[in-house]
Amino acid sequence: MKDQPIVTENSGPNKNLYRLSIFAAAIFFLLLLRLWYLQILEMENYQNLSESNRLRLVPVAASRGTIFDRNGKVMVSNRPSFSVAVIPQEVQNKEVLLARLSQLLGVDRLELLQKWEKGKGRARYYPIILASGITRDQLEILEENRMNLPGIDIQMHPVRDYPNGIIASHLLGYLGELSEQEMASELFSAYNPGDYVGKSGIERNWEKELHGVNGGRQLEVDAMGRVLKTVSEVSPTIGNSMVLTIDLDMQKKAEEAFGEQAGAAVAMDLNSGEVLVFVSKPDFDPALFAEGLSSKQWNEYLADTRHPLENKALKGQYPPGSTFKIITAMAGLEEGLVDENTSVNCNGSYVMGNRTFKCWNRKGHGTVNLRKALRESCDVYFYKLGERLGVDKIAWYARKFALGAPMGIGLENEKGGLIPTAAWKEKRFGKKWLRGETIPISIGQGYLLMTPIQLASMIAAVANEGTIYRPRLVRRIINPEGQVIREFHPEVLARLAGIKPGNYRLIKEGLFAVVNERGGTGGMARLYEVKVAGKTGTSQVVKLRDKGGAIPYQYRDHALFVAFAPYEKPEVAVAVVVEHGEHGGSAAAPIAGRILRQYFEGKGIIKKPTPVTGNAPEENSSETPVSDAVPEEAEQTVNED
Amino acid sequence: MIDRRLFTHFDWGLLGLVILIAGLGVVNIASATASYRLVGTPYYIKQLYWILGGVLLIVTVCSIDYHVLEDFSYWLYGILMVLLLVVLVAGRSSMGATRWLNLGFFSFQPSELMKIVIIAVYAHYFTKSPNLNGLGFKDLLYPFLLLAGPLLLIMKQPDLGTASLVFLIALSMLMFVGVRFATFVSVVLAAIPLLFAGWHFHLREYQKERILNFLNPERDPLGTGYHIIQSKIAVGSGGVFGKGFMGGTQSQLHFLPEQHTDFAFSVFSEEWGFTGCLVMLLLYLCLVLWGLSVAKKCNDRFGKLLAVGVAAMLFWHIVINIGMVIGIFPVVGVPLPLFSYGGTSMITTMVGVAILLNIQMRRFMF
Repeated sequence: MKDQPIVTENSGPNKNLYRLSIFAAAIFFLLLLRLWYLQILEMENYQNLSESNRLRLVPVAASRGTIFDRNGKVMVSNRPSFSVAVIPQEVQNKEVLLARLSQLLGVDRLELLQKWEKGKGRARYYPIILASGITRDQLEILEENRMNLPGIDIQMHPVRDYPNGIIASHLLGYLGELSEQEMASELFSAYNPGDYVGKSGIERNWEKELHGVNGGRQLEVDAMGRVLKTVSEVSPTIGNSMVLTIDLDMQKKAEEAFGEQAGAAVAMDLNSGEVLVFVSKPDFDPALFAEGLSSKQWNEYLADTRHPLENKALKGQYPPGSTFKIITAMAGLEEGLVDENTSVNCNGSYVMGNRTFKCWNRKGHGTVNLRKALRESCDVYFYKLGERLGVDKIAWYARKFALGAPMGIGLENEKGGLIPTAAWKEKRFGKKWLRGETIPISIGQGYLLMTPIQLASMIAAVANEGTIYRPRLVRRIINPEGQVIREFHPEVLARLAGIKPGNYRLIKEGLFAVVNERGGTGGMARLYEVKVAGKTGTSQVVKLRDKGGAIPYQYRDHALFVAFAPYEKPEVAVAVVVEHGEHGGSAAAPIAGRILRQYFEGKGIIKKPTPVTGNAPEENSSETPVSDAVPEEAEQTVNED
Repeated sequence: MIDRRLFTHFDWGLLGLVILIAGLGVVNIASATASYRLVGTPYYIKQLYWILGGVLLIVTVCSIDYHVLEDFSYWLYGILMVLLLVVLVAGRSSMGATRWLNLGFFSFQPSELMKIVIIAVYAHYFTKSPNLNGLGFKDLLYPFLLLAGPLLLIMKQPDLGTASLVFLIALSMLMFVGVRFATFVSVVLAAIPLLFAGWHFHLREYQKERILNFLNPERDPLGTGYHIIQSKIAVGSGGVFGKGFMGGTQSQLHFLPEQHTDFAFSVFSEEWGFTGCLVMLLLYLCLVLWGLSVAKKCNDRFGKLLAVGVAAMLFWHIVINIGMVIGIFPVVGVPLPLFSYGGTSMITTMVGVAILLNIQMRRFMF
């Protein structure tokens, strides 16, 4: 009995179909019964509800959480924004009202009329917004004349406030109205149309924490839709606050130091990966987005050839230039190809086959050992070393530094840079790697690409002798009651295993010489109270045979500088890229110096400068070598013969 | 190609029924969206375009013998699985639970098409391996694997509504093929602990919320609960004869959520009352039974299975949507076939109807 099929096809012709039909009809009958219950038995009850007790739901937007810097200084908060709305059904004389409003607000009557007409066709007694973002003064005037403005409603909602003006725009990100696509997604199911959400940066990536929970008011309205009273109200819950790793004072100084130049700068605590400074220039004004950006402004941002909306610290990929000599040197030392005494003769160029690779110093550096090669950024030393290493060895060491892949900082669209290998070229272009192509790689040119955040991480790993931390932007998240609900800790991304401590020392000594010794290229980053070590870099934008005369802005080389300090017991790492800044030593190093100075001023190690004795590195300009101002070039030319 | 006999055997009655229901839908959408702010083409006009597109689709599908589905069902299944994976990967980058695949000129939901494809694959499988003594555990294994893949991917999106529909369609077809009583009972018993585990580990917080709110709408009077309460008021206040066309206060004053899509039937109930609902339910019952009768008349096993699958697809959509509107099922976002506004649902339904017509017109060829 038990194993008899309950429904099978051979239990009579189409008997199973018959059963399915009965099942379908039975379920439909159940639906009908329910409709009978609702529409006939409970009709009176529901008709009463629909006639007299109409509930309308009005959403109340939650305030977003505040964003603080590492020291608890406010970076982004909220302020109330007022808008003027009209309920058309309550207006007796439209023309008079429009004329009065236009006069009080100082807004064109036609503009108000347009908004009014656009809002028509909605449910009755629904307020139409005529003007938003009105000032306190306008608000006062309106309040005084409230009696003469029947049908006008003043509404308040919170908008983002930026007390420090335009600062760290790319890091913080901007807001925008919930798009239709986002609205359709389940992740935004608790959102209301018209809600503002993070579209980039911290605001976007921590949207869930920052947004809070919208509240709502249940209003009782009459049969005409007129509001009678508030039945119940669920107040919105403010979003969680975030404490970033950023140091607002350092950030300010860094941005000041950039001035009008384009580029990016990153500073991080090299013993934890906490990012202290995160600059991308040029930037945009997030306050313009807070209440809806005009399409004109948006198009201006998009049309700007210096890309103000692009986060260059994460998405800018630059050839690292001579800063990459750190990796080449490390590879050479570890492979035993050079030691501190190995010396090379630089006569200004290096010939390989029929090609000549020039040193930036055409006169040559003479006899060069590792320390001098780093200090004066001698290209020929590294050409020779690079050739002996080969591209794959160099790449192997670069990969150990976690280069060539995104670092997982936790913001959108982070780029990974590019560490070329022979296999990579074969796959990408279908061509064999040429020995001559290794030469530019050894000085950070060619296919090599790194992001500013990777530059900072590279120098940090040298300084702390082998640990690559994942760069972090958030320290902790705090709920509206002030309790810490999430705390973030250092995360080790990779470790440089097996590197001899002596080799770190040799490289660090070279980097110290770059900043502090006669002939060093990075003198402009020097601080007198604290010892700084670093490396300049210049990355070629285009190859120009003749660099004489004025070069158009977009063809000028990028200037780079990476540094750490203090030399003896490193704490902080910095990377600066100045787009088309030409020389790392003159354009990028001073910015790095300014950032480091602020770090130590903040710790009380350096006293705040009095105006007269300020700008210490400049006083020393007579002593700093000429090479600061001389182009540090990496040029290769094909021999005519 | 197109035999004269095909034309004479064309089932005009079924097409008429479909157009009648869709037409009532257009009228209802006109009312539901009457108070909307007008931007561009009105919704009811757009819906007319979709219906027209659907009819053209029927003509196209009918000109091809449905047996090609038998040859290509596994291919279609494979392609859709790939598309579902693509949706998951692409969805991650846009931060949301994306179900849509953008093809540039238009976007569609692969999960929607999976409803049709699972029908074809099951029909194909059970044609090839008929099991006349009812299915045992071993026989269920392969169909189960066929179903599990798409189900997991759709649930991952996450789209609980579509996942449960695909499941119910497959289940209906299994019941048609026949499952042994002992097997059936043990599977049901085994499913209960699995459901508990699923509740704990797989459901998202908002999905749990929805189910809890459904069980007790008072939990969330401002959210989902509000929708159910308002929908019940709309339906109940319709009474015997309704408030008349465009006379529903619940809909005209915007108390209803998504009133031209998922809650279209709520608008209809308010304006046409119990009488209207009775007519609508009869029309829909006709549609489902018509589908089953196609299966009955068809002498080809593959066609029979296809027809049962399509009838099941229509049936479950109707039952879940109306059940949701009248507060006996949770709000899962399933549209009412032919009646709710929306292109995707219209196209899927029309493909289903086209398959029925196709089987019907070729029933004497075997």
